[in-house]
Amino acid sequence: MKVLMFGWEFPPHITGGLGTACFGLTKGLLKHGVEVLFVVPKAYGDESEEAVRLLNASDVSIDFNSTVYQDYWKQLTYIEIGSNLVPYLGPEEFEKMIAKQEFDKSESETSVFSKSYSFSGKYGTNLMEEVTRYALVASAIANSQQFDIIHAHDWLTYPAGIAAKKISGKPLVVHMHATEFDRSGDNINQNVYDIERKGMEAADAVITVSNYTRDIVINRYGISPDKVFTVHNAVEPTESGEAMTISRNVSEKVVTFLGRITFQKGPDYFVEAAYKVIQMDKNVRFVMAGSGDMMYKMIRRVAQLHISPYFHFTGFLQGEDVDKMFALSDVYVMPSVSEPFGISPLEAMRSNVPVVISKQSGVSEVLKYALKIDFWDIDAMADAIYGLLHYDGLQDMFRKYGRAEVDSLKWENAANHVKEVYNIVLNQK
Amino acid sequence: MRSICFYFQVHQPFRLKTYRFFDIGTDHYYFDEYRNRYIMRRIADKCYLPMNNLLLNLIKEYGSAFKVSFSLSGTVIDQFEKYAPDVLDSFVALAETGCVEFIAETYSHSLSALKSKGEFLRQVEAQKAKVIKYFHKAPTTFRNTELIYSDGIGEMVAEMGFKTILTEGAKHILGWKSPNYMYCNAINPKLKVLLKNFMLSDDIAFRFSQQSWDGWPVTSEKYVGWLNSVDPAQETINLFMDYETFGEHQWKETGVFDFMKALPGQVFANSKYTFNTPSELSEKMQPVAEIHVPFPISWADEERDLTAWLGNELQDDAFKHLYELEYIVKNTADEDIQLDWKYLQTSDHFYYMCTKWFSDGDVHKYFNPYNTPYEAYINYMNVLSDFIIRIKDQHPVNYVEKAVEPQPEVVKELKEKAPKKAAVKAKTTEKPKDVAKPNGTKRAKITMNHILKLNKTTMRSLAKEINALTFYYALADADHKVKKAVTLHLGRLQLKEFNSYSWANLPVQESDTIEAQKIVLLKLEEYL
Repeated sequence: MKVLMFGWEFPPHITGGLGTACFGLTKGLLKHGVEVLFVVPKAYGDESEEAVRLLNASDVSIDFNSTVYQDYWKQLTYIEIGSNLVPYLGPEEFEKMIAKQEFDKSESETSVFSKSYSFSGKYGTNLMEEVTRYALVASAIANSQQFDIIHAHDWLTYPAGIAAKKISGKPLVVHMHATEFDRSGDNINQNVYDIERKGMEAADAVITVSNYTRDIVINRYGISPDKVFTVHNAVEPTESGEAMTISRNVSEKVVTFLGRITFQKGPDYFVEAAYKVIQMDKNVRFVMAGSGDMMYKMIRRVAQLHISPYFHFTGFLQGEDVDKMFALSDVYVMPSVSEPFGISPLEAMRSNVPVVISKQSGVSEVLKYALKIDFWDIDAMADAIYGLLHYDGLQDMFRKYGRAEVDSLKWENAANHVKEVYNIVLNQK
Repeated sequence: MRSICFYFQVHQPFRLKTYRFFDIGTDHYYFDEYRNRYIMRRIADKCYLPMNNLLLNLIKEYGSAFKVSFSLSGTVIDQFEKYAPDVLDSFVALAETGCVEFIAETYSHSLSALKSKGEFLRQVEAQKAKVIKYFHKAPTTFRNTELIYSDGIGEMVAEMGFKTILTEGAKHILGWKSPNYMYCNAINPKLKVLLKNFMLSDDIAFRFSQQSWDGWPVTSEKYVGWLNSVDPAQETINLFMDYETFGEHQWKETGVFDFMKALPGQVFANSKYTFNTPSELSEKMQPVAEIHVPFPISWADEERDLTAWLGNELQDDAFKHLYELEYIVKNTADEDIQLDWKYLQTSDHFYYMCTKWFSDGDVHKYFNPYNTPYEAYINYMNVLSDFIIRIKDQHPVNYVEKAVEPQPEVVKELKEKAPKKAAVKAKTTEKPKDVAKPNGTKRAKITMNHILKLNKTTMRSLAKEINALTFYYALADADHKVKKAVTLHLGRLQLKEFNSYSWANLPVQESDTIEAQKIVLLKLEEYL
């Protein structure tokens, strides 16, 4: 079986969860004997040359530190397309980004499907345009390569997937890592929504990262439940079990929120719950790590509630600082309003930090050793935090089993489910 | 003649309301009045009232040939009093027929037998009193919460004067043996043990409406056929089950009432069985063998062990904190505290914290007011935290932390005098090496081992001056010889008190021991 996969960044250029997921999944698929033609947009590199470079794994400058995978990588063909597409950006952010760069302005197009573009080798200046251009390149690849099935990750690559399907007549699987509703609440971008919906309608199967996302796909995009499959995300196993040892600078217990301080992540509920806990117990500190458009509002609210002596903002944390933050934490809270999956609680649990997570997250479907609350239920959230801080039974149990539970979520298993979906789709033909 | 022995467990817990941590210290009512009343009324109407009526009619029809037995927990009787006096009346009516035996158990359907002999005794006495109050007959048969039984529990029950105990005919205990005989306790053979026939019991209790089972549908004809197929040499079929089986676990629509209505007639017509109560069996049957149960068994789940209530971190932690309070609660006169303490011991609270059913929780979710064991644990611990505050507030003297705190002036005196005195002594007498080792206290020279040097008279006088609790704490880390020397010379009441702490395993902090030893050593110094 050979898959033409429209994915995202590979190491070492990983900026977020989507790249990690693509990498883990590809690795898992290779292990199950699936050949992968991996296509990624590449915004850096030599633009004057052919935009599409076809590379064998041996030619790609990827640092594969694990020799175990060497054999598998021979089944992988890695294709980079010159493109400035990056994950996570909405049309507005993309325009802002482009405005800073000096590229030729070419005609803009509102519909991605209506008009064909001559392939100029130049990047589009708005996101929709670039998505369309990317689709054209994809069709060129589809025409020249042999494969059995097409797999596209996240809406930016759906048009490419559709184009490849039209050219080749091969079945298409689209993978929903997040929906427009997760990103924007109810104020969705209609263009993005349309692309997501068209992609899923055109697809022979839709893979969602959780049942939570599956429900959104079925109820809000009107996709037939028969072709929507849930494959939960997994995590890369940690290299060493060595926990970071850090001398604590405060004697109080530490409760942590770590993530973008945006509507989606529910930081306001965390602040309100903190207030409730602090009323009862002054021996706690709350930390909000991250940045985002709601940060100033949160700082104001903390001041308003007069809990600032117990509530700290760290700003954006990266790399080692994140590990350090986990090592200092006694409880990790993810109060997300809408979270397709949510990988951060798993990282916390790996550091032996017990977690409180919202039921409106995909990760809550796979975890047993976690406290689950509704994001809006501040009382329950406060109670869960207080319980974890004061009653040893929970801490003991979560420390004992949490890490093992996380380590059991393997990409290999997730990839096996994906392969099953491929088989279903191929058998329908 | 062979017997069928029906026994029904009737129990409802006082379920806790959602009790947040910010209620701690402000709200002292813990129970979900609405839910408890609602569930009691529902079960009363669906099960207790129609089934009691059915049994009463059967007894009227067949006279003394049809007999059953019940155990009612104290908590369920309390709930009848509050929410369903009509049910209580119908039980009284059953008792008056003389064909129904009421069995003793723990008041709050608790796990106290596993933790504290003292509390176990108190709970059984309290439940017994309730049974006598309503049914005018002192029970002679005992059954522990969820049929939990071990040799040790049997011994305690025998000591309390019960003649018979009911428990599970667990496979891993019986091996090749049959549950259909009378057995006796391995430590005290005077206590007879009746074992549940779980195949035939569960055919009614669990499988009755299970259409995927090849025995379905169960009719009274078919069931009597099964009874008749049991080896004729075997003497009794013990059918033990939750009373809620009738109408609640097995709905009326499954035909379970019709089945029970028809069963006695079928039994009399087509078999040689009679219906008997446990105490009747106890009188007419002789044990065939001892039954050895070194580790506790129960009637729960496939494992027939305690893991539904104890064993995971949540359950063990809550259980430990709960029973740490025993000594203080025991000594309080406050009835509200006494009652809440009983209700908090109800085994159901620990059942809700079980993590065994992460995979297949369907059966258990039905009985569980919580979504997860974690919520159950947090809620329970919130309540317990408030309960502890109440005890501390109302009974500061009795609270463990304070109980051993010596008077400030004593401590002061101790601090000033002790080093000097010790220094003087050290000059005059050479101490043997083993005695000179500090033993849990920082005071260098005199140690608890010096107690061994006292003669009988001085030892007695010393014993009189120090209360039992202080001794208990002071001797927590002492070796066997010292302990023996002290306990031999305690007064009768002192010894009784001292033993009650040891049986209850009253927890001891290191600081408790150090403080208590200071007091003892100070006295000891005077006597040496």
